[in-house]
Amino acid sequence: MATRVVVNVPATARRGEVIEIRTLAGHVMETGFRRTERGVLIPRDIITRFVCTYNGVEVFSAELHPAMAANPLISFTTVATESGTLEFKWSGDNGYSATQSAAITVS
Amino acid sequence: MTTRRGFLLALGSIAAGDALAQLPPNIAALRQQALDEAVRKVTGGAQVRVGKVKLDIPPLIDNGNTVPLTVTVESPMTEADHVKAIHVFTEKNPQPFVIGAHIGPRAGRAKLATRARIADTGKVIAIAEMSDGSFWSETVSVVVTLSACLEDGLI
Repeated sequence: MATRVVVNVPATARRGEVIEIRTLAGHVMETGFRRTERGVLIPRDIITRFVCTYNGVEVFSAELHPAMAANPLISFTTVATESGTLEFKWSGDNGYSATQSAAITVS
Repeated sequence: MTTRRGFLLALGSIAAGDALAQLPPNIAALRQQALDEAVRKVTGGAQVRVGKVKLDIPPLIDNGNTVPLTVTVESPMTEADHVKAIHVFTEKNPQPFVIGAHIGPRAGRAKLATRARIADTGKVIAIAEMSDGSFWSETVSVVVTLSACLEDGLI
């Protein structure tokens, strides 16, 4: 399965500034409650967990449930403390796993 | 030989059986119970007060499959006083949980934006867990015209 993810992090920030991070993962987020025309239940296939780390320190994490829309968008904030890398990790049903990282320069 | 009446009666009982399998009686009470249980799982039975939390969600939703919502919580977000977690629940979904986000003083602001699926007209609840162990919430009633989850399942 294609694991397409997009993150939006400002490339530069002032120290102490609150930056907004937007993340999007391409995923059907099949709820497990839908049926096909023949009445067969479509098995659940969702992303269950999302974690963001800032230079190795976890700053945000979330548990996702079937009630998340397809292609889950998660937007949150963090304080720009130092230059470095933000790592994003999604994991879910059927061994789904996706990672992405973004660099930030803090002045 | 199968009579027309007998056939129709049989058909009716099959349909009734199907409906029963999908919608247990007293569904409203069951949903409320599921919602209460989900909230209790998060709060551990602690009292949830109304306030501090702002849940931004359109009151009229054309398409329940993608509902943008934003939760902001009033908090200085310092080491001593911050929001630990934000949880979102819906009343009418088969499962009440939507998202549980864990944040901390490093978030700077307590703000979470996402997109949810909402099955039916009803309440959406956002609950914030503070660092002092208190819980605050806001409940918004929304009207859904096209439901998520079930619409293509019941054709």
